[in-house]
Amino acid sequence: MENAPAFAVKDCALITIATGRKAINLAELRDRLQVVNLASIYHHFWGGLLTPRFEEREFHNDFAGWARHSLREPELAERLAAIDPGEFQGMETVRQEILALIDDTLDESETSRWMPAAREFEFLRGQLVVFDTARRLQTPADLAEQIPKMSTSSIFYHFIDARSRVPDNRDDFSFWLSGYGAEHQELCGQLAAIDPFFSSLSQIRQELAELFTAYFEGGAP
Amino acid sequence: MSSLLESYAAIAGPDVVDHLRQLAKSLHGAKVVHVNSTRVGGGVAEILEKLVPLCNELGLDTSWEVISGGEEFYQCTKSMHNALQGNRVRIPARLLTAYEEANAANAEILREQLSAADFVFIHDPQPAGLLGHCPDRCGKWVWRCHIDASHPYRPVWNYLRKMVSNYDASIFSLPAFAQLLPHPQYIIPPSIDPLSDKNIDLSQEEVARVFVTFDLDPARPLLVQVSRFDRFKDPVGVIQAYRLAKKFIPDLQLVLAGGTASDDPEGEEILAEVREEANDDPDIHILLLPPDAHRTINALQRAADIVLQKSTREGFGLTVTEAMWKGKPVIGGDTGGIRLQVINYHTGFLVHTPEGAALRIRHLLRQKERMQAMGMKGKEYARENFLLTRHLREYLTLLLGLRHGDKYRIDLS
Repeated sequence: MENAPAFAVKDCALITIATGRKAINLAELRDRLQVVNLASIYHHFWGGLLTPRFEEREFHNDFAGWARHSLREPELAERLAAIDPGEFQGMETVRQEILALIDDTLDESETSRWMPAAREFEFLRGQLVVFDTARRLQTPADLAEQIPKMSTSSIFYHFIDARSRVPDNRDDFSFWLSGYGAEHQELCGQLAAIDPFFSSLSQIRQELAELFTAYFEGGAP
Repeated sequence: MSSLLESYAAIAGPDVVDHLRQLAKSLHGAKVVHVNSTRVGGGVAEILEKLVPLCNELGLDTSWEVISGGEEFYQCTKSMHNALQGNRVRIPARLLTAYEEANAANAEILREQLSAADFVFIHDPQPAGLLGHCPDRCGKWVWRCHIDASHPYRPVWNYLRKMVSNYDASIFSLPAFAQLLPHPQYIIPPSIDPLSDKNIDLSQEEVARVFVTFDLDPARPLLVQVSRFDRFKDPVGVIQAYRLAKKFIPDLQLVLAGGTASDDPEGEEILAEVREEANDDPDIHILLLPPDAHRTINALQRAADIVLQKSTREGFGLTVTEAMWKGKPVIGGDTGGIRLQVINYHTGFLVHTPEGAALRIRHLLRQKERMQAMGMKGKEYARENFLLTRHLREYLTLLLGLRHGDKYRIDLS
């Protein structure tokens, strides 16, 4: 068995920053999207997980939610909601995909160019402060016991934010496990199958805990 | 762990307090000064009362200063407040001069302390002019706007903007309130303190006492709105809603409990309008409570069946958070931060008119179990998102953000 260094459990805190850019109709949204910082697009996909929100998200990104509830464009909302940033090579390609969907809608309907939304779309971005909790996982089996003790923001950092830091859109747990060679390849596959789009952070923590418990305490295949 | 933090850990969870300690480590010893214009009354003073000692327990060297001014200064700042909320208020030059002179006079007293601080938080427009009188400042200055400034009256905003633009950052309660400014605009909703007299758990006896004190009937349904007597809180609209609902629920009672603040000269005028609208209805109880009547307000909110906050403009609406924390469904105006808290059919209802409020009052009072379920949902939502500990976490994060520059990820590990 190869050995990877201990896993450093980190935590983070997110603060939201207004960019000052706002859109009141679809054409304006398109114009602002073309120039807004990619950090803002990232925030509107993932930042909601760490900011006040009631129960589960109806849409997986803020663009889709705004299209449905403020613009009353249900078809566009559904198409935007289907965008999974993990399937794209970076946020710039995500931006291009959103713009293409908006262009389709603008081409289909003249009124969508000027029809005002019920509320403005406010472009936000986030700032993430990362700190070390001083907790260390010495072996992969520690994951089963330690995951339930992690804060939801720690889960965000290691399971969501990691995808923008770690090669191949992986999470920190998979990346660490890959240091053990092929030994935990199946577990990495199971981790990749957890869809963070449909869950709150506490639900993701629960799913991870169940997965690691079943894998390690049920006996690794 | 020290006792104040331990008390919060018991309510918000030990992880939450542990999180604060980790964030505060990198800020140990930093000198932080908060400046506002009133020590008692109003949401800002209530937040600072606990935020400051908590920051000190976490190792930051934090203090809270209050500026003062004459009658014309307060007239000016009340007009600024109304103008930021969208009222077309022209402020005469003599009031602006009084404002500028009061800031200059207060700067004489505070200059040394403010100039030496690592971080200065200036709350609302009243002390905003201090920065211009501290040219040798060495720290970061943040303007904290607690007001719904989404549609400010432009001449007044342009006047304030010149001052505020020189700050290193600003904070608004909601994205919709942010204005174009040449620095980062952080979004931090305010919070309530679950351990303050206004929010702490009360015995049933203490709650029951307000029925006796204010001649209320505990057997009859009770609506309560707690807020300053301010036009934007629409107390007259609340009375109209009560009247419309009372046609169907004749034993309905209403309490309008208004706190006062030393920087609000308009309160008396609105109070007179409210009394006129009430027209001596014995079931409308207009209570003018002193600024320290926190336990009384707490008991009134707990005594209520439904809490109303029918504002037409609202910064955030901490009275909504307070009501949710007490497990009450809320009928609130569809504006400002109330939208972030009142979720239709989950924690209460958003309304636009007295008619809408009356309809929801009737709807809720006929479904007691649903009211209870909504109240419980609201309490958990408030616990997760609107307690002081979350507010403090965001302030600490902001300080770290200011210290480490404008990048997405600041890695302190």
